[in-house]
Amino acid sequence: QSDKFVSAGPQKFTQEFIDKQVEEFEVGKRHLANMMGEDPETFTQEDIDRSIAYLFPSGLFEKRARPVMKHPDEIFPKQTAIQWDAEGRPFHFLFYTGRQSYYSLLHDVYEKILAIERHQDKMRNKGLFTLLTGSRWLLKEEIEEYLVENISDHDYVRLIQLMEKLLSMPYCSLEEEFILKFRKQLEAQSSKHEIPALQYDPQGVAFSVADGRRKTAKASITLRDSGSGNITINGRNYLHCFPLLQDREQLMFPLHFVGMLGRFDIEGSVEGSGHSAQAGALRLAISRALLSFVSEGEVERIRQAGLLTADPRIRERKKPGQEGARKKFTWKKR
Amino acid sequence: MNLHKLSSRLCPTVTQKFRHLQIQSRGQQLEAVGVETESTEQNPLSVFRTSEQDPTYHSERHTGQYYTLPAAHIQKLFPHGLPPRFQLQIKTFNEGCVMVRPPALELISYLKKADYSKPPLRYILYGDVGTGKTMCLSHALHYCYTQGWLIVHISDAHLWVKNCKELLPSSSRPSRFDQPIQASQWLKNFKITNERFLSKIKTTQQYVWTKRERTEKGQPLGELVDQGVNRMKSSSDVVGAVLRELRLQAGGATEGEGAFKLAVAVDGLNALWGKTSLKKEDRTMCEPEELTLIHNVRKMMKNNWSGGAILTALSQTGSLFKPQSAYLPSELLGEEGFDNMEPFVPVSVSNYNEKEFESCYLYYLDRNWLQHSHSRSEEGKKELIFLSNKNPSILERLCAFL
Repeated sequence: QSDKFVSAGPQKFTQEFIDKQVEEFEVGKRHLANMMGEDPETFTQEDIDRSIAYLFPSGLFEKRARPVMKHPDEIFPKQTAIQWDAEGRPFHFLFYTGRQSYYSLLHDVYEKILAIERHQDKMRNKGLFTLLTGSRWLLKEEIEEYLVENISDHDYVRLIQLMEKLLSMPYCSLEEEFILKFRKQLEAQSSKHEIPALQYDPQGVAFSVADGRRKTAKASITLRDSGSGNITINGRNYLHCFPLLQDREQLMFPLHFVGMLGRFDIEGSVEGSGHSAQAGALRLAISRALLSFVSEGEVERIRQAGLLTADPRIRERKKPGQEGARKKFTWKKR
Repeated sequence: MNLHKLSSRLCPTVTQKFRHLQIQSRGQQLEAVGVETESTEQNPLSVFRTSEQDPTYHSERHTGQYYTLPAAHIQKLFPHGLPPRFQLQIKTFNEGCVMVRPPALELISYLKKADYSKPPLRYILYGDVGTGKTMCLSHALHYCYTQGWLIVHISDAHLWVKNCKELLPSSSRPSRFDQPIQASQWLKNFKITNERFLSKIKTTQQYVWTKRERTEKGQPLGELVDQGVNRMKSSSDVVGAVLRELRLQAGGATEGEGAFKLAVAVDGLNALWGKTSLKKEDRTMCEPEELTLIHNVRKMMKNNWSGGAILTALSQTGSLFKPQSAYLPSELLGEEGFDNMEPFVPVSVSNYNEKEFESCYLYYLDRNWLQHSHSRSEEGKKELIFLSNKNPSILERLCAFL
């Protein structure tokens, strides 16, 4: 029943209606020109206004109430076409904000800002970027040494902020050498790992020995080259030792990462802790043994993959006054 | 059928085949296979399939290839015999394909060469968990079936020594226990498998079941089986009677009508001599000796009859009270079982070798079982090899969720 009282809104004109009006206007303009005895081709809007004022004199005071013949685009208010399709879904993605054109304009402007920033980044990165990675700002002590003066923490922070501002400008590559004076190279971390020595069998087969530990489980393995991917742990096949898929995947990870899955034979022994910890210990041992078969760049990659870090997590101690390490006794309010 | 469709769909070159599979023995296989139809030559994907459906003609050149079990045979021969995962696979792929492997071929060749006028040879299939013992047994049984033997197939003896709901004291002997449900189930399956023999074999003696029921001498075996199926109470004794009849008559009659060879197949042989998990009413453990079904099967295992073969497979997965690392016959059968089964022919079953793994992998690819795009690459294959260590059942479980 409430449908009867819904207002139809401002009257909507279809595109065909407007087109028809435009046609009629053009035709009428030519007729008017003929009537006035002037050339239809060069009949402008001012001429039309003059002719209408001549043909339909009106004594009304309100100028807007007098007869008018104008192009339909000026008469019919510029309306928005129907915003949604046959199923009722709106075309524009911002329709439900209420003012889709305004918000889409804001959207476009912001996109342009982002594009310009990206462009700026590109220009900036050309010059100095490669030298900035792998280096850090000088420490406060080192700046003091350079300036032969004492500075406070606040001053140091301010100096670093100013240097960062300098770096943020697009053309900072002009002052490259000046900035580099205050940057110090970081040492590559991978040189700290000791690679187990590559030993040779009487047959000439290369092998390496390595250890690994995880959470009370100790593993020690021998990685032999030119094998076929057999793995023997404590004398048994690894399928028997680790019936769980997850454990076998842990074993597979280092070899798969380097891409040498079917190349090695592994012979190992583990003891202590549970199956998951044993698998972790074996994985660490395999990665360490692999270092000797692999090039320098690969070593860095392996380190970054986290295969060489010993997992420091161990069982947390049980505290007095609690059930376990974290679990508390039931809390009673009174 | 499949081969023709595949060959019309693809038009590869022989070089593609060589690049795809890097196995040494392929060279020899190509020479041997060269005589066969063109479609297998040119089709890289169907190298793992063979068109030879009859196990009688399977030979070494078919190793590693899959052959299809005809659906009618599956229904008749293996109503209960195949491993449950394999049955699921049949349902998924709409066909039952078995790989031809050396242990099965060995078994079949022994069966072909054996002398059936002598006491039966006992073959024991043994191996690690999941290497395919039950499948090899089924392959050999299929061979026996196509040769027209009478099949006595106990799909899993472990089912008879554990999880029994009803344990009745035996009607015929006071110290024994009956298992009516299992016995009648087995009799039903026996009936399905060996329909055509049931009318031909006649009983040699009268059997009295109760005061009112008896089976006369000279009745067809079918009646005996029906008696067991219908009357649950005496079904275990019926099983014993059936086995006895078969023992007496196998290979004995040389006339055309009655001659048949008997194949006794038991899976999970170690159940017969291990421990049970069933308890008697006074809460003491039951010995396998005291169960009628087990006792009768043990009698079958002795080679005091002639005209057949005894094929068995050990199984650690269903066994009770045995450690998981045990897979040798001496470990799983125990002393008593080993003594009983001596002498026997051991056949060892192991994991897939490279060629068999290749063909299994290709089979899964062909059936669109490996959905993950990475599994189709070389890297993916290496990962599969590593993770499953070429063990058939673990490979199957891995691929199930890929």
